[in-house]
Order: sequence, then structure tokens, then C-alpha cells
Amino acid sequence: MRRQIPLFITFFIGTIILVSEFIPHKPFGNISTTLGGWFLIISGFAIILGQLNLFKVNLTKISRKAPNWQYYIISLVCFLIMLVCGILWGTLRQPGLLYNSEGLVAFFGLKPFDYIFKYLFENLSATMFSLLAFFMASASYRAFRARNAESTLLLVAAVLVMLGRTTIGSTLTGWIPDSLTYLHLPNIANFIMEYLNTAGQRAIMICAGLGVIGSSLRIILGIERSYLGGR
Amino acid sequence: MALIMERIGIWVGAILTFAIFSFLYRDNPFYKIAEQIFIGISAGYWFIYTIYNILIPNLFTPLLTNFSANLLLLLPALLGILMLCRLIPRIDWVSRYSIALVVGTTAGLFFKRYLQSDVINQMNATMINPFSAPDLAATIGQLILIIGTVTGIIYFFFSKKHEGVFGGTARVGIFFLMISFGAAFGYTVMARISLLIGRLDFLLGDWLGIIKP
Amino acid sequence: MSLFQKLIHIDRRIIFILIFFGTAVPLLLVLNLPVEVTKNVKNVYKMVEETPEGSPVIISFDYDPSTKPEIQPMAVAIIQQSLRNKLKLICIALWPMGVQLCNEAFEQVLPLFPEVKYGIDYVNLGYKAGGMVTINHMAKDLPSTFPTDAGGIPIDEFPIMKGINNFSKIGFVVGLSAGDPGLKQWVMVVHDAYGRPVAGGSTAVQVPYLLPYVNEQQQLTGLVGGLKGAAEYEKLINQPGFATKGMDAQSVAHLIIILLIVIGNVGFFITKRTK
Repeated sequence: MRRQIPLFITFFIGTIILVSEFIPHKPFGNISTTLGGWFLIISGFAIILGQLNLFKVNLTKISRKAPNWQYYIISLVCFLIMLVCGILWGTLRQPGLLYNSEGLVAFFGLKPFDYIFKYLFENLSATMFSLLAFFMASASYRAFRARNAESTLLLVAAVLVMLGRTTIGSTLTGWIPDSLTYLHLPNIANFIMEYLNTAGQRAIMICAGLGVIGSSLRIILGIERSYLGGR
Repeated sequence: MALIMERIGIWVGAILTFAIFSFLYRDNPFYKIAEQIFIGISAGYWFIYTIYNILIPNLFTPLLTNFSANLLLLLPALLGILMLCRLIPRIDWVSRYSIALVVGTTAGLFFKRYLQSDVINQMNATMINPFSAPDLAATIGQLILIIGTVTGIIYFFFSKKHEGVFGGTARVGIFFLMISFGAAFGYTVMARISLLIGRLDFLLGDWLGIIKP
Repeated sequence: MSLFQKLIHIDRRIIFILIFFGTAVPLLLVLNLPVEVTKNVKNVYKMVEETPEGSPVIISFDYDPSTKPEIQPMAVAIIQQSLRNKLKLICIALWPMGVQLCNEAFEQVLPLFPEVKYGIDYVNLGYKAGGMVTINHMAKDLPSTFPTDAGGIPIDEFPIMKGINNFSKIGFVVGLSAGDPGLKQWVMVVHDAYGRPVAGGSTAVQVPYLLPYVNEQQQLTGLVGGLKGAAEYEKLINQPGFATKGMDAQSVAHLIIILLIVIGNVGFFITKRTK
């Protein structure tokens, strides 16, 4: 019951969805549409599960006084502040329990939830990912070496694309006469992207696509069961 | 007042920006605090938007306004609750029913979509006549495209040992893949620098007002 | 230890400082290097231009603030062009933070179009989870996927949504994408299964993986890639903005990184030879 029923559900639903893709008429089309709506709702619960799990994990770390436990209090407090702001005053056009609270909006210029998003979250998120610019530069300097034919190709392609896809590329080779236009850096970068890159990526795409098809079939037929977990 | 709050918001944003940047020197408490604020706000945001944009309009409102017509929605609601049971270790296995529906739907849909978009359509896009291209560069490009795609696929074929003519062809495939990875690296550098530009624009523009918006 | 060996082992924080100032200084000293428009960006522009006035179109905000500097300028430019051409914009988000970013993009554009009304000329339907399955569900029954807008108002109260039950009346879909779910899923369902035009903007990271879809079958009509793509689009609509401003800094930062790669490699070969 713990494994067989889920395996049957996967087989049954996977088959219906697959058949409905080829025969989109009744009853398959209708069942597939209904299942699509259900999927959306269950996905919503899955997101809630993720957030609650984060809450639980952090709470456990704090109660067990794990290393750096004090920091986890901050994430829990921020989580709760967002919940309270969202529930009481809503977001954008969405009213909260206290409806739109015009007074508070006049004070903050935005609803509290949107204020926190705009001034705290946006800055945090953007900065967190911009750190990668520094690490990428450092890695390029230390590890990007033309050791053999393959890595030389990789390096040359990267440099040409980096030059060709910025304004500096046009400036550096802007003087080239029309008869030699194929030597213009943006044109070289375009050629690499349109043909050489597309060829490699397409090979990966076709092979990965075949992999997805194989995995889907294994899941539907119950050969692949790892998604059910250990016990 | 709203203007003052906007200024305060920008200052808080700038302080948090520096707190994150401080990680470039080394890991430190300021970075850790900013990191936890980021996680907390992000989780709260997802939670609220899931409730307001998915569960209320697609589940609760239909059930509350017209229960009898939407009786069938009780089933995904039940499966959703089963999903939440994953938080209780003693009965976490019941979530498998919901996961089975999600996995089954995804597998069924992915089979057809990937077959069509990533396999058949990509093969079609490779079966072109390079000699009907408008100019020499395009003809050469399209020839390269065909050779690169075929040799790349051969490289990924591991059921036969890569030796002889087959091995040589696979090696040509590796060259194309390397050029793709190089191009991907170039574009990744471009993306990350753009994010840094965004940050510097905020610090120099919104915060310090040195550059005009 | 030779000069090159010393150079190879310099503290990484010196490289960080170099990149920081290398990006900051061009933002202060505007160089205004020329932006060349590429074919893929022109194709997106052309698609929007050629769509008949009054057509409902979908813009999907599938990104979050971490990629805002790259994608928001595209969103602003495409919304601006679409409103100028009197298209009806149905905005949705497959990423929850896309809802707020959509709102911010409209806040920036709407002062230029005082006549544009919410619910008549544009609507923000909010966020839905589920990626490709949800897009597929929209194709079959859009009103049941989005029974309300992002503010909880039923969609039948909005004139823009009258008669929109699936993708059949949709002029085109523009996906603004930072990953999965995003443009790939829009191509797979809307173009490949339902035959409607799909174009989009993506982060530069995604461009190499999405380019195979720009082919003779026009799985993707066009692609605006990264900050450079956004700058090209700003040039096409004749409204220079953040992307155009950032291109100088982008170019100088690229030059610095290329220089670092060259120095690193020269050092590598010299060290190898001395060994």
C-alpha cells in the first residue's frame, strides 16, 4: 500500500496525460485538463511545505543550539514579519485582513510587504548574485588555461564572444572595410553563436531530450522509483 | 513622510549591499545576518504569494462560493494536505500519493513535449540544405551546424567504444562542445558583470546620487 | 619567484578591487560606445511591430530581483513598444517575484501613457506555480488557471480578458526568463503544441542554451539576450535607458577579464617553460 498505490497512481496518471497529448478528445482531454488544475493546487501545497520545513529546520537548530544558532532567529523573525505584513495589509492590489490600510501606505509610500520587498529583498538578492562577478573574474585568472587543444578552443571562443557581444567589439574593429566585414568582432561572435555554439548545444539538447523521454517512460512504467523515497 | 521612508529604504538597502559585499573580504557576522534576512524574507514572500495567488483563487474561493459545483476540488485539497504530512516523520509516507500524481503528470507531459521540441524539431532544424543559403558565410555556417550537431550526438553515444573512425568523429564532436562551453562561459561572464553593474548603479545613483537615473 | 609567478599568486582580493573599480568608473565617465543591433533582437521588435493593434498578448515575468538588472530593461522596453502599438497586455508570472517586478516595470512606463487603464489595456494576473504543466493547463482553460488577477479580482470583470479562453486569440507570448520555468517551457507548449508565436528575453547565461530554438521553424521568433540585448532593444525603440548606460561598464569589465586571462596564461606558459 505504501509503494504499490503510488506506483499505480503514477502509471495511471502518466498514461492518461500521455494519451491525451496524442488524443486530446473526450474523455482524455477533460481528465488531463482537470489533472492540470489539480497539479497547480498540489504545487501550491508543495511550496507551503517547503517554507514550513525551513521554519521547522531553523527552529530545531535554535532549540538544539547548533553552531551559529543565533543567526537562525533572524531568518525566523524575518519570515514571520513578512507573513504578518502580508496577511494584515496584503500586497500590491491584494487587500489584507485590515484591507488596504491607506494610512500605512501614505506613511511608507508602499504597503509594508512591498516596502520590505523593494528596499530589503531586492537589494539583498541582487547583491548576493552579483558576488559571482568577482569570483568569476578570479577564477578566469587562476584556472582558465590553454592546456590542450580542447581548452584552447574553449578559451578562444569565450574571449571572442566576450569581445564581440559588447560595444567595445564594434569599436575595436569598426574601421575594418566592408570587403572584410566577416572580421568585424560582432560578426565573428554572431557566427560562433549562430552556428558553432548552436551545433554543440543542439547535440546536447537532442541527447538530453532523449534522456528525459527515457526517464519519463521508466517513471510511468514503475521501473524508476527513487522519487518514492527510501522506505 | 513617504519620501523620508524611501530615503530610509535606500539607506537600509545600501547597508545590506555592503554587508553582502563584505563576504569578498572574508566570512563575517554582517554577511551572515544579511544572508539570514534574505532567506527569511524570501520564504515569507513565497508563502504569502502562494496563498494569495494560488490557494485562495484556485481552491478556497471556488469551494466557498460554489461548493457543490466544485466538489471535485476536495481531492487536490486532500492530496495537498497529504503533501504537508511530510513534516510529520511517523506518517510522511502518505505524501507519496500526492508526489505520485505530480510525478505522473510531469512524466506524461514531458515525454511528448521533449520528444517534439527537443528531439524532432531540433532534428528538423538540422536537416537543412546549406547550398540554398543566401551567401557563402551562411553556407559554410550551415555545413558546420550539420557536422557539429551530428558529431556532437556521436560523442554522447556511449554504447560503442570511442575508437577508429567513430572515435575520430566523436573527437570532432568534443571540439564543437568545447566551443559551446566557451561561448557559454563568455555569456556567463556577461551576465554576472551585468548584475554588478546593477548594484553599482544602485550605490552610485539611488544611494549617493552621483550618476543621473 | 619570478614576476609572473608572483602575479599568478596575487591575493584574489586585488582582482576583486580591480573588477569593482573597472565597472564603477565607466558608469561615472560615460563613453557612449556604439550599440549594434543584432538579428535576433530585431526579430522580436519586428514581431511586436507587426502584431495588429488591439491584439491581446501575453508577457510572462519569469525572473526575480537577482536578475533584474538584465531583464527589467527588456521588460520596460517591450511594454513601452507594445503600449505604443496599442496592444493589450496580459501579464503573468511563473516566478512569484515576477508579480512585483511586473508592477515596477509598469510604474516606470505608465507615466508616458496616461490614457492606459488597468483591466482595459493591461492586467497583472499574478503568479502560478507548476511551470510547463500550468502553461499546458492555460492552453486548455485559461480562466480556470487564472480565475482572478494578482489582486484577487475575478478576471471576468476586466474587459481585456473577454473571450480569452486559451491561446487561440493571443497575438504572441513574450517570455522574460531567468531559468526554469521560463522561455523553454513557453516554446514547448505555446509554439510547438499550439502554433502561436513565442519570443523572449533572457539572462545572458541562458542565451547559448536557447539559441537552438531560433531556427527555420521559428520555435522562438527572436531572442533578446542579457544587458547587451536590452541595450539593442532600447536603441530600436529609441528610448535609451539603464541597459544603454551600462554597456560601457560592461565593455570595460570584459576587457579587464580578458586581460586577466591573458596574464594568467602568459604566466602559466612561462612557468611551464622554466620547469
